[in-house]
Amino acid sequence: MKLSAYIGGIGILGPGFDNWPQAAAILSGRQPYRSAPTGLPIPGMLPPAERRRTGRVVKLALGIALEAASNTEADATQIPSVFSSSGSDGHICHEICQALALSSREVSPTRFSNSVHNVAAGYWSIATGSMAEANVLCAFDASFVAGLLDALAQTAVDQQAVLLVAYDTEYPPPLHAKRPIPDAFGVAMVLTPERISSSMAKIDLVLTDENADAMQDAELEALRGAIPAARSLPLLRLLAMGAPGRTILDYLDVSRAAVQVQPCF
Amino acid sequence: MRSMRPLLLAEFTATSCIGRGVAPTLQSLLEQRSGLTRCAFETVKIDTHIGEVPGVDSQRLPKALQRFNCRNNRLAELALQQDGFFETVQSAATRWGRRRVGVFIGTSTAGIMQTELAYRARDPVNGALPSSFEYGTTHNSFSVADYLRQRCGLEGPAVAVSAACASSAKVFGSARRMIESGLIDAALVGGTDSLCLTTLYGFHSLQLSSPLPCRPFDAARDGISVGEAAAFALLERVPENLDVNSVLLLGVGESSDAYHMSAPHPEGLGAKRAMQAALNLGSMEPGDIDYINLHGTGTPSNDRSESQAVTSLFGPTTPCSSTKGATGHTLGAAGALEAVISALAIQNGLMPGGVQSTRIDPTLTAHYIRENRRAPVRRVLSNSFGFGGTNCSLIFGRAG
Repeated sequence: MKLSAYIGGIGILGPGFDNWPQAAAILSGRQPYRSAPTGLPIPGMLPPAERRRTGRVVKLALGIALEAASNTEADATQIPSVFSSSGSDGHICHEICQALALSSREVSPTRFSNSVHNVAAGYWSIATGSMAEANVLCAFDASFVAGLLDALAQTAVDQQAVLLVAYDTEYPPPLHAKRPIPDAFGVAMVLTPERISSSMAKIDLVLTDENADAMQDAELEALRGAIPAARSLPLLRLLAMGAPGRTILDYLDVSRAAVQVQPCF
Repeated sequence: MRSMRPLLLAEFTATSCIGRGVAPTLQSLLEQRSGLTRCAFETVKIDTHIGEVPGVDSQRLPKALQRFNCRNNRLAELALQQDGFFETVQSAATRWGRRRVGVFIGTSTAGIMQTELAYRARDPVNGALPSSFEYGTTHNSFSVADYLRQRCGLEGPAVAVSAACASSAKVFGSARRMIESGLIDAALVGGTDSLCLTTLYGFHSLQLSSPLPCRPFDAARDGISVGEAAAFALLERVPENLDVNSVLLLGVGESSDAYHMSAPHPEGLGAKRAMQAALNLGSMEPGDIDYINLHGTGTPSNDRSESQAVTSLFGPTTPCSSTKGATGHTLGAAGALEAVISALAIQNGLMPGGVQSTRIDPTLTAHYIRENRRAPVRRVLSNSFGFGGTNCSLIFGRAG
């Protein structure tokens, strides 16, 4: 059984990745990869009061979602969305757990409201004014494919465009030692049931027992292994090359996702 | 307009402060008994009431899955052992094939309490967390879905939905789409959320928890009572020969408020949109709904907003109530727990009256019932809303 959709409109931020055109140049081999700390944009689309309260998770998710929306003619700010991440805001979690370890146990109300896993989806809805549904998922290291599966099923079954936003940020110490995500990485993409003018490729996904593909470049391969959302890199590489192909994305211990990519020309 | 194929709620179970398994849960509803007690949880010093499940910490996990040991997974295991549900899931895996059964579990805080405890035991010199602390199998939101997947030997797609207090209602939407897409034939759906300091102190800091047992829709309501629960269902395609007493999932509707992170839309526009979407997906009219199990948390703003949404769509006569006066607000498990309560309402012809509330707020126009009603219940709509302005409505109905 396969799930299919058209992909068009990508947004990306990560170590050494500032936007999709630059990432596409790197992933297609036209430009060397140079890792650098992830730069996160200020979410200017949020009202000032909300903007002040946003942490790295929200900046990352809104940054990539907005870039994806700007690269498609689908109205990506108003369509259903799937947010998938291996964790919530690690810095907020640290602050809360630290406060709870003290006898005063004073938890900041704003931090508590922003500690929910759906914080980015909530701010995306506030920022865009969209009342469309947002699913919010976590599958630990398998979160990228989990999000892709949910978005593909939604696109296929309900015959509607879906915005997938997959992202991870780091935990500060001491949690960092237990969950060593090195930096922020996220990718957003718009999936549509039919081909539209911004469609880059048609993808078909099936679950498989085959082993996941690695990235040729050692640094990119290290990135793929270190941040769950970066498990998308082999797929992004095919999309960047604009060539037909098939790649295996890492998913659960018992299965992987085989994705067939057919570019639209 | 798109519509969904109904799905069968083949089996279900729930464990909360009003009972382990469906029989004691139903008995509590029939007796209008509340499970809320004054908070004496762990080292918590807050003047509030909670819905605590007795015996969670004495629940053992299988030896091979010890790395998952935390209160949340102990609660999930405890619930799994009720109503023969573990065996039900096993036989579904045999019947459909392990790869053809997915796992969709809602949770808001999973096993974060392990991290809270670890932060009290940091190394005095370098601040490190204790070596015994495992993040991925306890704290991480996926841990409970991963635990259940491994415990039951399921190999289909597995995911945690973590959208605050709508989490385990939304799992029905994800599972519905995945089954309809053909990728799987059946799904273990549900939710598990357990008491922890983050939520108890968090809601307290927002002044959203009541010192008294919560009183949904009461004129003097002043906040929630945090509870804990695990509730699961096996969702399958509808078979050819269907028992008339079977319960079906008929509609799922989701929406976002686009309003505020921790306050509902004042007129309940997001809530209304979710309920309307559920009706649309099930090709139903408001008049097709016999009873509404409200989100009904007991905060002044939540109940006001929900009442407006309900009245604007259903008018002032459809009977509705919140069961949170009995169970507490079980957060990420509330959607699944109230899905089970909805199924019990249908199978037993019971509209459960809302307990704890003594004088219904006259400004709330929805038809809130405080006494149990025994009458045929063909279709129930159940609401779950959460922080971040996330809304989900489910519709369940009798097969025959």
